[in-house]
Amino acid sequence: MSSHAHAGGSTVHAPMAEPSGFIRKYIFSVDHKVIGIQYFLLALTAVVIGIVLSLLMRFHLVWPNATLPFVSGGQMSQEQYLALVTMHGTIMVFFVLTTAPQGGFGNYFLPIQIGAPDMAFPRLNMLSFWVTFLAFVSIIAAFVVPGGAPISGWTGYTPLSGLGEITGPGEGWGQTLWIVSISLFCLASLLGALNFIATTIDLRAPGMSLMRMPLTVWGWFVTAILGLLAFGILLAGGILLLLDRSAGTSFFIPAGLVVNDQIQAHSGGSPLLWQHLFWFFGHPEVYIAILPGMGVASHVLSTFARKPVYGYRAMAYAICAIGFLGFMVWGHHMFVSGMSPYSGFAFSVLTMSIGVPSAIKTFNWLGTLWGGKIQFKSPMLFALGFVSLFVSGGLSGLFLAQPAVDNMLHATYYVVAHFHLVMGVAAIFGIFAATYFWFPKMFGRMMNEPLAKIHFWFTFVGAYCIFMPMHFIGIAGGIRRYADASAVGFLAHLQPVHQFMTIAAFITGAAQLLFLCNFFYSLKFGPRASKNPWNATTLEWITDSPPPIDNFGGHYPSVYRGPYEFSVPGVVDDFIPQSLEPSQVARVK
Amino acid sequence: MRIRKRNGGSAATPALLSLILVVLVGVTVYVFASNLPWAVRPAPITSVGAEIDHQYDLTLAVTATVFILSQLGLAFAVFKFRDHGQKAHFTRGSNTLEAIWTTATIVLFLGLGLMGHKAWAEVRFTPASPDAIQVEVTGNQFVFNFRYPGPDGKFGKLDPKQISASTGNPLGIDANDPAGKDDIVVPTLTVPVNHEVNLLIRSQDVIHNFYVRELRIQQDAMPGMVVPLHFTANTIGQYEVVCTQLCGLGHSRMHSYLNVVSDADYETFLKQQAAGQ
Repeated sequence: MSSHAHAGGSTVHAPMAEPSGFIRKYIFSVDHKVIGIQYFLLALTAVVIGIVLSLLMRFHLVWPNATLPFVSGGQMSQEQYLALVTMHGTIMVFFVLTTAPQGGFGNYFLPIQIGAPDMAFPRLNMLSFWVTFLAFVSIIAAFVVPGGAPISGWTGYTPLSGLGEITGPGEGWGQTLWIVSISLFCLASLLGALNFIATTIDLRAPGMSLMRMPLTVWGWFVTAILGLLAFGILLAGGILLLLDRSAGTSFFIPAGLVVNDQIQAHSGGSPLLWQHLFWFFGHPEVYIAILPGMGVASHVLSTFARKPVYGYRAMAYAICAIGFLGFMVWGHHMFVSGMSPYSGFAFSVLTMSIGVPSAIKTFNWLGTLWGGKIQFKSPMLFALGFVSLFVSGGLSGLFLAQPAVDNMLHATYYVVAHFHLVMGVAAIFGIFAATYFWFPKMFGRMMNEPLAKIHFWFTFVGAYCIFMPMHFIGIAGGIRRYADASAVGFLAHLQPVHQFMTIAAFITGAAQLLFLCNFFYSLKFGPRASKNPWNATTLEWITDSPPPIDNFGGHYPSVYRGPYEFSVPGVVDDFIPQSLEPSQVARVK
Repeated sequence: MRIRKRNGGSAATPALLSLILVVLVGVTVYVFASNLPWAVRPAPITSVGAEIDHQYDLTLAVTATVFILSQLGLAFAVFKFRDHGQKAHFTRGSNTLEAIWTTATIVLFLGLGLMGHKAWAEVRFTPASPDAIQVEVTGNQFVFNFRYPGPDGKFGKLDPKQISASTGNPLGIDANDPAGKDDIVVPTLTVPVNHEVNLLIRSQDVIHNFYVRELRIQQDAMPGMVVPLHFTANTIGQYEVVCTQLCGLGHSRMHSYLNVVSDADYETFLKQQAAGQ
């Protein structure tokens, strides 16, 4: 079970020496903490770009004829809008929602929370990050190549993405770079997933049984299993798509297609195959983005409600159930694709059933709060926001999971509202909760609390102002991925709602500057953080802030109890660290 | 140094958070209940559409109940259990409660899902009756073309090599196939009221989609496939047809109309088109 297995107490090793030299220490580091911060900073860069792209989209939807100084030709064209759609989705899903929670916080805290000195394969870990970085360079390069960025959406549906420049601007070099980028990303994530799984299985401290792991670790562990099974499929799909484009194969392209009056020399492929491969990855990807957030929400809610997580076992099992079912529902993205309607029926029933573990989680979050002694620190506010947003975003899934109802809502803003709330905003709230919660541990300083709270209020209200109205215009038939609403009569009266959402988006976007300022200011000038500023119980809080190179300074902890021992009757303190020996627990006389 | 916090601050923060959640619930319920013009779907023009609406309403009732209870429950818990110096109530959970809410959600969600399949089965499991009017729908960047088989009731063969929008053969109807001579190709879809219509949906290039809000149906036009889709429109009128599958730079301009007309008007339409071929 553990490489440091021994009887009782904690082991003392000679402290590991830090590598010397800037490059070994900060660039090509094998320390999971440095790599975690590298992933985090990559995601931070990506999210700034992703938000700017979304604001440009929102701006264009409301003022399509405005002259913009940085756009060639002055006015944004339809294809430029679609390039924004594609790049926003790709950057956010891969380089933010996958990178920050798993690559960033998972890398940094999974080893520490299970009492390990590093990941199982530190060099592989370094390789994963740098391949992810290459993937990011590749996607950003798509902006500047001839033809510009691709316009086929983050799902890259072929034949639009498979036939090259003839199908539209951005479908030449831009689309190729897109495929290269996601393929590299998949490769990196596969390596990362292996590492997370091996680490969780092999490097747990003595006493850290599975049912004593923090729910964050459960989240990262199950996410890694999902990644191992899902990224390989998209990697294969990406390679096949690349071959279709450049080697004349026809995996995804049927015979007899005529684009621009030109017959395409392909035959025998199926565009549906790409959709199956893409969504076999794409649906688990939703859970890859949200499961770590669920773990963080449980962890933070328990810590600041000063109560054990309600139904810990049910929560752990629910994470596993969501992960398992997450692999059997991909077809619900394809109800109107021409896939067999009988498959649609099966996928629908399976999709409805994934609501069950999701509901279990929600009830247990409320149960954790119930009867608590809630402290409204900024991580807690974001965790509470996560619960609210997850409920709002999750419930709309019950409509889309039914193929008959999906027939009217598919491809409308209703879908955009649904997945933004549940996997976008909720996951981002998980990331914010994690950042405010662990910043003191990662950087040894506290963030500014009043500024963090203002950031929360604007972001929470702003997110609802942007995405709640999207449900309504979706019901009214508002179609997504339209650069221009003027050709369709029934879209005109939705424009005032678009204006409202755009204004809300700009205010919410501006509020994120509060976070950036707080983050960088606190890095340098925040008050020094103690070892355990939140009076929390898990292993990261027994070591220094920031932790030494080997995490525990040559002193490896043993674990004596579960992760959420708060307000235990008969105990003096309202929390008991996992590694505190039973004889050391101060009891009320 | 260990910082001891006895109190999570004033009651203002939990009060504000609870208030926001209550306002969220209030505004959402108000918008759904008051049928504001930018939040309603148009009336359906098929009986299946009405069934889909019924299923939608049922789903709305279930989700609205869960939404209201959970958001207000959260608002209540946030305010009620704020730190005002009390001791937290220690509990690890309750197996009984877990069993109850697991069973309840299984029954509720799966029940809802199973009920919704009647409308789906009617549209997709049962094929159109043999005497349904056949219309072929073809998407290409960025137009719809609708083909009627003409008086002989047969579609002519298609030959991609003969496609030429400029010479009036956008679909590439094979000039050597007699069945194709009387085929009618038009940019809008005209159908008689209360007659079953069977669309044969296909694409020439990339994926497109055929969507009419009032029919409550969407279907991708998938290259390499011909997907049937049937409906019986019961209300005369003109309805917009849009493409909802991202198909390239002109995606938002890919647009047409569905004209549901009387039997007499439909006959006139066919005669005029036949004369024009």
